Amino acid sequence: MAHVDVDLKNVQEQFTFDGKLKKNVLLIGGIGVVLFVLGAIFLMMGGGHDDHHAAVQHATEVASVASDGAHGDAHGGGHHGEFHWYQRIIVDFWMSGVFFTGVALLGFFFFALQYVANSGWPTLIMRVMLNFRQFIPVGGIVLLITFLVGSHTIFHWTHDGIADPNSPTYDAIIAGKTDFLNVPFFLFRMVLFVTIWTFFGFILNKVTKAEDQDMSGTTKYFRKAQRLSVAFLIFFGISESITSWDWIMSIDTHWFSTLFGWYILAGWLVTAVAFMSLFVLILQDMGYLKLVNENHLHDLGKFLFGFSIFWSYLWFSQFLLIYYANIPEETVYFVDRLKSDTYAPLFFGILVTNFLFPFFVLMTRDAKRKTIMMKIVAVVVIFGHFMEYCLLIVPGSLKENGGFGLTEIGTGMIFLSIFLYLYFTGLSKGGLIPQNHPMLEESVHHHT
Amino acid sequence: MEKNTNYLVGVFGDQDILVKAVKALRKKGVKIYEVFTPYPVHFLEDALGYKRSWMPRAAFGFGALGTTCAILLQSWIMGFEWPMIIGGKGFIAIPDFVPITFELTVLFSAFGMAGSFFVSQDLKPHKVPQIFDRRQSDDKHIMAIDLAKNSLSEDELKALLQEVGAEEVNNKSFTEREKKASFFDYVSDLFTKGVTDSARELKG
Repeated sequence: MAHVDVDLKNVQEQFTFDGKLKKNVLLIGGIGVVLFVLGAIFLMMGGGHDDHHAAVQHATEVASVASDGAHGDAHGGGHHGEFHWYQRIIVDFWMSGVFFTGVALLGFFFFALQYVANSGWPTLIMRVMLNFRQFIPVGGIVLLITFLVGSHTIFHWTHDGIADPNSPTYDAIIAGKTDFLNVPFFLFRMVLFVTIWTFFGFILNKVTKAEDQDMSGTTKYFRKAQRLSVAFLIFFGISESITSWDWIMSIDTHWFSTLFGWYILAGWLVTAVAFMSLFVLILQDMGYLKLVNENHLHDLGKFLFGFSIFWSYLWFSQFLLIYYANIPEETVYFVDRLKSDTYAPLFFGILVTNFLFPFFVLMTRDAKRKTIMMKIVAVVVIFGHFMEYCLLIVPGSLKENGGFGLTEIGTGMIFLSIFLYLYFTGLSKGGLIPQNHPMLEESVHHHT
Repeated sequence: MEKNTNYLVGVFGDQDILVKAVKALRKKGVKIYEVFTPYPVHFLEDALGYKRSWMPRAAFGFGALGTTCAILLQSWIMGFEWPMIIGGKGFIAIPDFVPITFELTVLFSAFGMAGSFFVSQDLKPHKVPQIFDRRQSDDKHIMAIDLAKNSLSEDELKALLQEVGAEEVNNKSFTEREKKASFFDYVSDLFTKGVTDSARELKG
């Protein structure tokens, strides 16, 4: 591996989405549907009643939720008899939707970041990053529908009368947050953010595709994409934080964490990088991306390794302060997860899959440059972060009625199938290599 | 002091020519002593056939040592030597130990790496560097060939160097003092010759 002399006019590749890959993507969806239906049947038959874990119902929890009984259908709280199997399905949809929308968003963020950072190495795989955007609008619509159907199941704060002092379900803490957490404003933010992300995805895609056709050798399109990326990153920085509070943190309405936006960003980002590495390797296995070599893979590996540690750092920063300070209104969040037979294994499991495994496996230089190692780590990290989303969303909304079972994995696989299908369809439109990109040559000669 | 010519020094102006020259010479069986460049040159290490450094392994070892020491230290202090209840937790509360464990891992790893680097590069107080050509830290790439270790004659090597693109080919030799100068020489010089003289002149 040394100096590559490449005619840059002649490096274009055209990806076609068919054959084995398409079959596999649909197969994932098929298995997902089967698992989902099986899980749903089990839930229906068993009624979804797990054992009553008394430990979950510590004082604060009961105090805040017990008065919720008047409102029938939704919140688990102290009323296990009112749990219905479809509530778990709704929460599963929300969980997978948030996870994959976030991954799509962060994959696209990573694309914009390369423009802003003026980085040359990833030019060959820019299209691999760009097409993460395909899932954002679809994920947004799925989330919107899920919210409209099952907001009472997922979000405690959406209940009527919770902010009304005369209502029996009045909750003073939530009432103080209703200026921000009310359904119209929530929906407005959701629709606005998803629309603007989609818009940026659309327009950046248009600019880079226009660059392919431009043979004049100017950097006009490059600069334009750079300016758009800067605008996107500014908007992204604000909207991603707010989104993580809205979609995830507000499930545990009483609880809050000031670094939650960061923490969620790190989780989504590392998953997006894992997907990115996997896509590059899949495309290479199919004979595409001939110019991408182990040096590019090494850089992706470094990002995967680094962001895994970054995620762990933020996860631990959040945990340690709450653990150390020992304030009941904060510790309630971790008590829910640690004192439960359902969630405690997940709680410690994600530390292995998301931190220890990538940390020790990807530590050496050779591991980052080996395709098989990167594939294994990427798959483990993706699965680990999917489990993390179970831990983020399910305990808050279903209490001990939830868990990580067939329906969760089934829904995840259905979403994964849709995500992959849209991704590869997007990738097949237009070339795989950004032509006339000023950094293309640098990327071809990239050497770490 | 007696001087003997034992190195051939090729001066290169262009990094691409240098890398190609290294490859061509190694192909012909020439043993290259060392190449000095003002900045890191890509592919040069591959061309010279260098093995990967053992420094990362040293870093891991020192880091693991730091982790162990940190956990033992804190467990001993908080659990046995002076037990204290903090925040209602047990005496040995692992999450509380993590920040200090992390810091000590980094500290041990960093100091260990610095020490390993000094050892691996044979850097010690008052070491006299062997400088083949002063331009090696300016604008030229310098390739040194040890004549004693090559079967080819000096003239043949000279011709070869010029053939692969060396701008100049010089002879260079070091005195016995320069080759073996060590801290002990420096100290002995202090006693025998005084502060003003000593090894400093050798660097000139």
